[in-house]
Amino acid sequence: MSRELFKFKGGVHPPEHKTESTSRPIHAAPLPKKLVIPLRQHIGNPAKPVVEIGERVLKGQMIAAADGYISTAIHASSSGTVVAIDLQPVPHISGLPDLCITIETDGRDEWVAHAPLDYQAMEPSQLRMQLRDLGLAGLGGAVFPSAVKLDPGASRDCPTLIINGGECEPWITCDDMLMRHHADEILQGVAIMRHLLGSTDILVGIEDNKPEALDSMRSAAAKLDFAVEVVAVPARYPGGGAKQMIETLTGKQVPSGKLSTDIGIQVFNVGTSYALARAIHHGEPLISRLVTVTGHVLRPQNFEVLIGTPMHTLITLAGDRDGTTGVLMGGPMMGVPMPDLDVPVVKATNCILVKSKELFPPLPKALPCIRCTRCADACPAELQPQELFRFAKAGDFGRAQEYHLFDCIECGCCSYVCPSHIPLVDFYRYAKSEIWAREKDKRAADLARERHEFRQFRQEREKKEKAEKLAAKAQTKRAELAAVPAAEGAAVSDADAKKALIAAALARAQAKKSDAAPKNVDQLTPVQLHQIEEIEARRTKIRELARKPLEPEEKNP
Amino acid sequence: MPSPFILDRSSVTQVMAWVLAALLPGIATYVWLFGPGILVTLSLATATALAAEAAMLKTRGYPVKPFLADLSAIVTAWLLALSLPSLAPWWLIVTGTLFAIVVAKHLYGGLGQNIFNPAMVGYAVLIVSFPVQMTHWAGPNELTSVHLTLAQSATVIFGGDVPRATLDAVTMATPLDALRTGLLQQLTVDEVMTHPIFGHYGGVGFEWLAGAFLLGGLLLWALRIISWQVPLAFLAGIWLTAGFLNFFDAGRFGPPWFHLFAPSVMLGAFFIATDPVSGATTPRGKLVFGLGAGFLTMAIRTWGGFPDGVAFAILLMNLCVPLIDQYTQPRIYGGADKEPRA
Ligand code: SF4
Ligand code: SF4
Repeated sequence: MSRELFKFKGGVHPPEHKTESTSRPIHAAPLPKKLVIPLRQHIGNPAKPVVEIGERVLKGQMIAAADGYISTAIHASSSGTVVAIDLQPVPHISGLPDLCITIETDGRDEWVAHAPLDYQAMEPSQLRMQLRDLGLAGLGGAVFPSAVKLDPGASRDCPTLIINGGECEPWITCDDMLMRHHADEILQGVAIMRHLLGSTDILVGIEDNKPEALDSMRSAAAKLDFAVEVVAVPARYPGGGAKQMIETLTGKQVPSGKLSTDIGIQVFNVGTSYALARAIHHGEPLISRLVTVTGHVLRPQNFEVLIGTPMHTLITLAGDRDGTTGVLMGGPMMGVPMPDLDVPVVKATNCILVKSKELFPPLPKALPCIRCTRCADACPAELQPQELFRFAKAGDFGRAQEYHLFDCIECGCCSYVCPSHIPLVDFYRYAKSEIWAREKDKRAADLARERHEFRQFRQEREKKEKAEKLAAKAQTKRAELAAVPAAEGAAVSDADAKKALIAAALARAQAKKSDAAPKNVDQLTPVQLHQIEEIEARRTKIRELARKPLEPEEKNP
Repeated sequence: MPSPFILDRSSVTQVMAWVLAALLPGIATYVWLFGPGILVTLSLATATALAAEAAMLKTRGYPVKPFLADLSAIVTAWLLALSLPSLAPWWLIVTGTLFAIVVAKHLYGGLGQNIFNPAMVGYAVLIVSFPVQMTHWAGPNELTSVHLTLAQSATVIFGGDVPRATLDAVTMATPLDALRTGLLQQLTVDEVMTHPIFGHYGGVGFEWLAGAFLLGGLLLWALRIISWQVPLAFLAGIWLTAGFLNFFDAGRFGPPWFHLFAPSVMLGAFFIATDPVSGATTPRGKLVFGLGAGFLTMAIRTWGGFPDGVAFAILLMNLCVPLIDQYTQPRIYGGADKEPRA
């Protein structure tokens, strides 16, 4: 029964710090007075508001609709009144505010009418639309719209379904707690996924440092009428990354630049599966999630939190302490520092990690790279981080791309092991953002060139028209007496010809534009799309950072 | 400040400290078998290196303390000192160390930037410029009638008055020198090897020293401070080349074990060719680097103008590193070079 496991290359094993937050039961966080709900909580287009200021909304009511295929709806997490639709601080690495709907809650927590869905009777495409409208997105961190991932596509099928209970980042325990206490519902979600994807081989990967979760998932799986194999995988960061989980369980690697579905595998986080079960069997949209609040707090624990709850309320609940040096959303390896604790919990918030000097001592100053290749040994993408660093630092982005910069998953293993303490990942983010900026500039330049060409064309045409008009005038003068109505007719057809010319030129410009699109942005994986989005937003910030001296050689004491 | 927010406990200082620690068995053996003179050489090289490093950091506007604390200058000093003849005059030691730190390290850009291994640059400059002084090797205690004390060694090194007879009684040709000279005199290998300096594998005393360096090297490997590829490939390069030559003409080419069990080879394989800064970085590149250095060492010993070739071989391979790295880039996760592991 025990399955052969495969070892992914690289990885590190930082201190786990899991027990701090698993010793207390899950608590429901109280209803806050105000909910601030961002419209962009997923990869893809932000949702479009469908409510107005002053409108009363019910719990679970859709307040913003999905905009396009890669998008999901957003819902009111409780009943109350919409008091603002404006820019608010959000938990994003850029620190830039984003469009949010603010609801003043009325304390009644009154549900909108909702009912379970009979998913087996529904047309799959119709079911997916429903899931999109119920706001389902991946809760493992990437927040990719689940409806898209549950579409096996016309030709592809997806024999292998992997449920990811890896949770490899230190400190975070929300998936662990979910598996301990809601294993049955997670597996109900799996049944729905299996139905939509037609998968035959279903695996649940859980790191072996979560024995309670393994037990509870195993006994829940035993009750099912289909086979689900719950596999303990070695605990090693980033073993809970989708690509690493796939390799550990199947020995297969997702080809660079491709999706896992290209090799017949789809991966979902356990939290997503749970949310899916709630959506189908209760008709509940995604309006809450489990959040680990841990680190420098008095009572580290997991909360069931309504989306839109301000983070500071959770830190207060867990018992804030003196000596806090900052707060991260996520874990210490890939987490994002929060500039402001008024920011709300969003669908992507798995953990609120409060820092202190003792738990997170300031990082030592960087020394030059000594080419020891420890980073390369630790890199799960099997890159040569020291070379990427060299090229990124020198501004040689072309070479950085040749050395597969865009295969870097920003897991931070390289920085973690570097004896010179170089913030390597920063340099990769910087290089990526510069490359995207150039790509964008190039596109803008192409567009400008087209416009310029069009203007030239128009000027020439106007010249020609002028000349023609002059000639025509002379002619009209000559023919004035003979046939006035005929001249009128000619003017009409002239106008038509002008319109046709403009249309033709526009069409040409359009055609050129699609030609000029840069080649390497054609086939983007969702992960890359996500990266671009993030990169765009935080570009300015990173630029500032990169301008600051990062190496001691430029840092005279 | 961006992610990650934690680091494991490694540091450049820690890496360098382990390298120094791994040299201790070699140094202890050196003292035991060849007398305490080496301690004078080591101290002098260390002091010179630290002073030069501090001066260079200051001139170049770097913070002095964190860079001095990385211990890399001391590693360079020790490697050079252990490569030099044990009774080399003080000015030779100082010149070599200065050259290593000032030119080979700092003029190339300092820590992490140097193309060539600094200690080997220092060594190469000395052997080219002062070939005579570079033969002042103390013979192994076992074979010499006079044993110098620490004070006497210092007197010799600092150019004090030492009777010519005493000096002659202590210094001796190294086994590699003896072999080279013998072969030049048209003796066969077997005839040369009757000289008392030759031991079981290498030279008397020298083979033990080589063994001690090997031990330290294995410690570094066990701690994963060095990878196995470079030392193994280096030793294989020497063994294969020497074995090949010896197989065809055992009279003119020394046996492979003899070539392998020289202190310079073990020091080179585990401590110098493994220098990350000036070495290859990819796994396959490290194999190429090591094999090449081993082969070149033998080529220089056999056909070159110097009795030993480790330093020049490593410097030549340093030169090839960018090329080696470029052509040995490994396949990435999900890369196309090879079908994904199925
Ligand atoms: S771990 Fe740090 S010092 Fe070592 S090669 Fe990588 S970047 Fe350079
Ligand atoms: S951050 Fe990028 S380069 Fe560094 S270890 Fe992770 S994947 Fe490799």
